[in-house]
Amino acid sequence: MAATPTTVTTSAGPARPAQGYWQRLRGGDEAAYLITFMAAASILAITGLLVLELYANSSTSRGKFGWSFLITSTWDPVNDQFGALPFIYGTVVTSFLALLMGIPLGVGAAIFLAELAPPKISDGLTFLIELLAAVPSVIYGLLGVFVLIPILREIEPYLKAAFGWTPFFSGPFYGVSLFSAGVVLAVMIIPFIISISREVIMSVPGDQREAALALGATRWETTWDIVVPYAKKGIMGSIFLALARSLGETMAVTMVVGNDPKIKASLLAPGYSIAAVIANEFTEATGQLYTSALIELGLVLFALTIVINGMARLMIIGADKYKA
Amino acid sequence: MTNLHTLRRKTVNVVMLTVTGLCTLFAAGTLVYILGYLFVHGATSLSWDFFTKLPTPVGESGGGMANAIVGSGKLLLLASLFGIPIGFLGGVYLAEFGGNTFSYIIRYVTDLLNGVPSIVIGIFAYTLIVLPQKHFSTLAGGLALGVMMIPIAVRSTEEFLRAIPNSLREGAMALGASKAKAILTVIIPAAKNGIMTGIMLNVARVAGETAPLLFTSFGNRYWSSGWEQPISALPVMIFTYAIAPYEDWHKQAWAAGFVLLSLVLTVNIIARAILSNKKHVAR
Repeated sequence: MAATPTTVTTSAGPARPAQGYWQRLRGGDEAAYLITFMAAASILAITGLLVLELYANSSTSRGKFGWSFLITSTWDPVNDQFGALPFIYGTVVTSFLALLMGIPLGVGAAIFLAELAPPKISDGLTFLIELLAAVPSVIYGLLGVFVLIPILREIEPYLKAAFGWTPFFSGPFYGVSLFSAGVVLAVMIIPFIISISREVIMSVPGDQREAALALGATRWETTWDIVVPYAKKGIMGSIFLALARSLGETMAVTMVVGNDPKIKASLLAPGYSIAAVIANEFTEATGQLYTSALIELGLVLFALTIVINGMARLMIIGADKYKA
Repeated sequence: MTNLHTLRRKTVNVVMLTVTGLCTLFAAGTLVYILGYLFVHGATSLSWDFFTKLPTPVGESGGGMANAIVGSGKLLLLASLFGIPIGFLGGVYLAEFGGNTFSYIIRYVTDLLNGVPSIVIGIFAYTLIVLPQKHFSTLAGGLALGVMMIPIAVRSTEEFLRAIPNSLREGAMALGASKAKAILTVIIPAAKNGIMTGIMLNVARVAGETAPLLFTSFGNRYWSSGWEQPISALPVMIFTYAIAPYEDWHKQAWAAGFVLLSLVLTVNIIARAILSNKKHVAR
């Protein structure tokens, strides 16, 4: 009884709109909308599926180890014991080293290119530097192995002489190490920091500089006390983007980090990173738990980069608002 | 007193300005040095065999990477077929139909996807294709690279469509064209150069990706026929050969690095020339 009126309304209801819909579809507008909408929606679906696949395929490992996966440091495929801490440590330390070297050099160069260099030289150098951002990471790895590591072997005695009293620069040096990975990452992220920071600094309004100079500030005081604080949010954004990139960097790190899942204080000792262990062991992983643990590492890396990228976005959007 | 103060400020000025100059010199110098090294070392390791022969077994010298060059081509073709249509149409949606909450979400998710490390995309393609099929394949590698192409295709398409002045859209509609017709026959052709350049840059970027291929297309020392077999790619060969302990393989790795980098940089330089030309015209 109750079902009859419902059926009537649904069958009669859409009849008229359906005709209009058909006509609009023939006109092309609705079809164009539908096709492009579906493409856009499929991006959403693909990303959703990616998260789902990572989550579902790491269930064995998540079920067995729980949260302790993140804080235990035994990585023993033979006895099915998996802890992610050495990889998280290596990822964080190499990225931190990269930022430590990359930020001063990158921001310094960005200041020079935006504020001081003649426009022609600045444009030329920036073109070159931005081109370097397009170099594939495996090429940086290749150069790391055959160019950087021999150079580091040369300067390692001096590093030890200067900092050998700290635990960070003690112990033997084999060439492949957390430090080497940090240097390669620094070289890789410097172009990013320079090109974004330069844009941000150049978009600081000219009257800010003129006002400071008119008050008698020197060129450096104008740059450091007025222009850089004005562009601070954008520069921070560029640094976070660089950080996200170095956290997820796989090939260059895999080739120079040494691939040893131990936590050691010395930066000269070989280490490992999340991306590197996935790259090295995924095809060799036997057994469901092993593969599942590696996929869980992927999930950790995913979460880490999402958070950092989100922060970078917030900062760059904030900088835009400030500008407007 | 005042003089001393001024002197200090002036010294700081000169010193700090010099320091930033040195930063630039150091950054640019390091980068130029390593690339120069690659070009010199790579060009001398290159021979005609590299382009025409298969890799030789360990211990035998000579050989080339013909299969890897073709393999990279096949993978990029698959990736483009998958990634570009979705990215392009998604970009058209955002530029021409967007403006609501849904397009905000799409933009956000696209950025998110762009930030996902390439190795994680590799895991995704692995779970999606390799795991159910139980073997590595060209298809899985192509899918991984295709997913990586989507976000940049969306963003560049949207950007270039948005750069088209609204008067063109209004003009087309005033002449009686439907919105679809205006997009198809007026707006997209006007943005064609930019969009094509964006696609070129996108392909060049993905051509150097190694991590997502390691456990999807895996690698192959022979020719790979069809789309179901493992296949070798130039960047993966560079990785394998660079970490191997054989002198002869290192030479091949340099040659492969040289070829890959030449391709990537050439595309980038051409694309930049096209884009900067367009800017001048617009002004």
